[in-house]
Amino acid sequence: MAKQKLVVIGNGMAPGKVLETLLEEAPGRYEIIIFNAESRVNYNRIMLSPVLTGETEFEEIIIHGDGWYIENNITLYKGHKVVEIDTSGKTVTSEHGVVEGYDKLVIATGSYPFIIPVPGHKLAGVLTFRDLDDVHAMMLAAKAGGRAVVIGGGLLGLEAAAGLQMQGMEVTVLHLMPTLMERQLDESAGYLLEKALTDRGITVITKANTKEILGDTKVEGVRLDDGTIIDADIVIMAVGIRPNMHLAQEFGIKCERGILVDDNMQTSDPNVFSVGECIQFENYTYGLVAPLYDQAKVLGRRLSGLEGDPFKHSETATKLKVTGVNLFSAGDFASGDDRHEIVLRDAAQGVYKRLVLKDDKIIGVVLYGETADGPWFYQMLKEGKDISEMRDHLIFGAAYAGGGGPDPLALVAGMPDEAEICGCNGINKGTIVTAITKDGLTTLDEVRTCTRASASCGSCTGLVEQLLALTLGDEFDANAVKSMCGCTDLGHQDVRRMILAKNLKSIPELLQALEWKTSCGCAKCRPALNYYMVCAWPDEYEDDGFSRFINERVHANIQKDGTYSVVPRMWGGMTTPNELRAIADVADKFKIPAVKMTGGQRVDLLGVKKEDLTAVWADLNAAGMVSGHAYAKGLRTVKTCVGTDWCRVATQDSTGLGIKLEKFLWGAWAPHKLKLAVSGCPRNCSESTCKDIGIICIDSGYEIHFGGAAGMHIQGTQVLCTVATEDEVMEHVGALTQMYREQADYLDRIYKWADKVGYDYIRSVIVEDADARREYYDKFAFSQKFMQDDPWKERVEGKEAHHFGAPLVPKKIEEMV
Amino acid sequence: MSDWYEVCGLNDIPLRGSRIVKTERGCVALFRTADNDVFALDDKCPHKQGPLSQGIVHDRSVTCPLHGWVFSLETGEAQGADTGKVRTMPVRVVDGSVHIQLEKTFA
Ligand code: SRM
Ligand SMILES: Cc1cc2nc3c(=O)[nH]c(=O)nc-3n(C[C@H](O)[C@H](O)[C@H](O)COP(=O)(O)OP(=O)(O)OC[C@H]3O[C@@H](n4cnc5c(N)ncnc54)[C@H](O)[C@@H]3O)c2cc1C
Ligand code: SF4
Ligand code: FES
Repeated sequence: MAKQKLVVIGNGMAPGKVLETLLEEAPGRYEIIIFNAESRVNYNRIMLSPVLTGETEFEEIIIHGDGWYIENNITLYKGHKVVEIDTSGKTVTSEHGVVEGYDKLVIATGSYPFIIPVPGHKLAGVLTFRDLDDVHAMMLAAKAGGRAVVIGGGLLGLEAAAGLQMQGMEVTVLHLMPTLMERQLDESAGYLLEKALTDRGITVITKANTKEILGDTKVEGVRLDDGTIIDADIVIMAVGIRPNMHLAQEFGIKCERGILVDDNMQTSDPNVFSVGECIQFENYTYGLVAPLYDQAKVLGRRLSGLEGDPFKHSETATKLKVTGVNLFSAGDFASGDDRHEIVLRDAAQGVYKRLVLKDDKIIGVVLYGETADGPWFYQMLKEGKDISEMRDHLIFGAAYAGGGGPDPLALVAGMPDEAEICGCNGINKGTIVTAITKDGLTTLDEVRTCTRASASCGSCTGLVEQLLALTLGDEFDANAVKSMCGCTDLGHQDVRRMILAKNLKSIPELLQALEWKTSCGCAKCRPALNYYMVCAWPDEYEDDGFSRFINERVHANIQKDGTYSVVPRMWGGMTTPNELRAIADVADKFKIPAVKMTGGQRVDLLGVKKEDLTAVWADLNAAGMVSGHAYAKGLRTVKTCVGTDWCRVATQDSTGLGIKLEKFLWGAWAPHKLKLAVSGCPRNCSESTCKDIGIICIDSGYEIHFGGAAGMHIQGTQVLCTVATEDEVMEHVGALTQMYREQADYLDRIYKWADKVGYDYIRSVIVEDADARREYYDKFAFSQKFMQDDPWKERVEGKEAHHFGAPLVPKKIEEMV
Repeated sequence: MSDWYEVCGLNDIPLRGSRIVKTERGCVALFRTADNDVFALDDKCPHKQGPLSQGIVHDRSVTCPLHGWVFSLETGEAQGADTGKVRTMPVRVVDGSVHIQLEKTFA
């Protein structure tokens, strides 16, 4: 039977879960095609808040990376907004004109931020908080400092406010109601929250009705209806979301406040389904992930052809992801004649807890300051458990539930297996405990990888750690250093220190001395150890090719079909007709299928057979070219612009300096790849400000930058210092490179290392301490004496020939009958 | 039905390294572990046909160079969370020379 075609519109958190369920239950049942208006893979939207504060990075919140779509044979159209659905012809059309037919269609268009249509709402600088672009816009604005006004004191508004404040802006929150987060918190908790935010320097104005956003072309301030004017450089509108149902509605699918679905997530068209924030189920619409994941599982099973429980509405708990503020709320906490309440306050500790009871059952919970018992109360709320037996000590939480003294693990110990620990991913206690025992997990990271528990918003981290402690007993150590890999408990920095302290000079010696748990390490630790040795003992250590990833072992990049690519150096991006002729000849002679300009200002020969590598190199060597180390954790390229040789506005010889730097740095192995650029003036044509190290030439000399990134993570460089001469550039760059080589964990680029040790610390050594700088520089220059032999030439001459053994031909010696 | 074939001397395979043997049905990867055992597996990762011979050998496993799946050299089984199996062939070392058993139609 031909595969059915499943088309999904929207690639948010809800459809991500639908596909996970579907691929688990019925892999291969559908040909799957996704259209997403955002031009990126599936990520954890919840975690945009910590991305905004800078506590985490975008790459860490990706749920399904590009590889996942490839592995599962899913076609993802990124940046394709669907603009038409034809339910009779069963096709959808994207704004770029792509048309796909479907057998089953899932609409998961999420929601959009509501913008109050006050005058000025269209000015530049009025932002919302919904996707990564919004976060980038806010971070960019925050770079310039200045003032932000956040309209809306709900979950999103407060997370945006806390983030902008941490990014250095002066922040005012305007909230229409008398207390913050009034839909989730009662007055007391709302007041405590307001005080906590005020204490950290955020101005909160309640009962604030925005009348107008002021400004000519861009935001300059906000006027309230009482006439108050608040200056602002940006305004964040976070007053609520609306189901994004317009597309469905326009093409005939029944909608009210959202896309109407039944309890199997089916819309008014039997072949069209919908999940997520765009739907309306009974009278409910949704704005938190937990119920969306329930919907997704229902739909995933349904599409897999399985029977299962239909979707049921349930109460959702809310937490605020602002570091240092703990609050938890669930259910209904309005007072009433038929209700009782239990309240605990500890003013000194800033703790407030309130339970609302009806008929001896918990119907509402508000916790502020201390929230560990939240899930325990919430579980009882969902179950409708009769609490009359423990009513006296109920408010003290699970630790006291058994009577007697406090027991820190009683909370998790007392939870039933079905109790939900991780609300974001819908993972219960039983699943986590089984994973810990069955898969022998011992660390939080392992539990996150295996079960996804606490891998989203992270607010259940404490509970997961308690489960580890409960299940493993003394074996669990929450403060353990993150070990290099499963072969050791030591972290990268421990190992680097010990190599020097114990004078360890070979990998076998190290494995023995540091009591490695495996006989010869693994593919994770061996490349790191080999690098640490090369860096510590440049003159003595004999490089171990078998501890290197194939690319570095054979000095070429492996490609998907097992062939290799060859990238010769073109110093500072300069080449000559002769070099180009030699490249053309080599490509002809060895029938190399592809020749491409790289993003690094040089030429890539792709599809070279392994057995041809040495002969290709020999020809390139003959024309004066050497390896470009396009495969190395080490110096890659130094990009340059044309500089004073040609450019009418250049201030210095950027091309010449780039070549000089490349000739000085090439061959140096490093913790990760190292890319430089030199631009002849601040117009920055060689993109120096997103490189590991970048130079901007200015009239008075050279501005040295460092810590940029332009790969999975994008960030501009910071200035190291400004110097007057090329010699000083060489000294600073050499010293910085050596400091990075000696200090960073393997696989940390300069920006990651700098984030860990601090940009200022690096400046204090390299810029302010001339002796330290000179010492690093000398060590680098010494190390380079042993690194600057062209690896291609050496291999053409027969070095490490064992990595290039020709294929063997079998010879029959014995017939079997 | 299978026959024994001589392929090379033990020392022709580097320690913790590999060689490939060309057969009619594709390449076979020969691995030599740090403790001198030799294993033969199809040189084709079940994930996306990566050449396992080009991976890093550690203990009695090899890590595929393309996307890092780890396989047991003894059983050919993928380790950890990944699932898949590579075909293995019997190997013996006689007087320093390496023999592998290939199906008749295979050599
Ligand atoms: C060939 C090239 C693409 C091209 O056709 O232009 C390329 C090709 C690869 N890049 Fe790249 N990158 C190339 C320029 C870049 C650039 C642009 C630049 O250097 O100005 C970037 C962004 C800048 C940066 O590094 O921050 C870039 C960011 C990456 C990343 C992400 C790094 C990060 O820290 O986020 C990876 C993945 C990694 O290194 O782990 C990567 C990894 C790769 C790998 C090695 C993927 C792999 O693991 O096999 C590709 C090797 C293909 C090959 O065999 O040649 N490539 N890659 C470029 C070679 C430049 C050169 O002359 O050496
Ligand atoms: C900053 C922030 C913090 C949050 N914190 C929490 C929290 O702590 N806890 C919690 O439970 N929830 C939280 N949420 C809410 C949660 O992220 C959402 O409930 C959830 O992401 C909704 O998932 P979804 O799949 O319905 O929609 P979305 O994730 O919004 O995905 C919809 C996708 O569809 C795409 N799309 C729309 N129209 C089209 C079209 N015509 N064609 C193609 N693609 C289209 C959009 O580009 C979008 O990528 C937070 C949300 C934000 C923004
Ligand atoms: S060359 Fe770079 S961007 Fe292109 S597919 Fe490979 S790693 Fe990705
Ligand atoms: S091909 Fe081997 S891991 Fe992907």
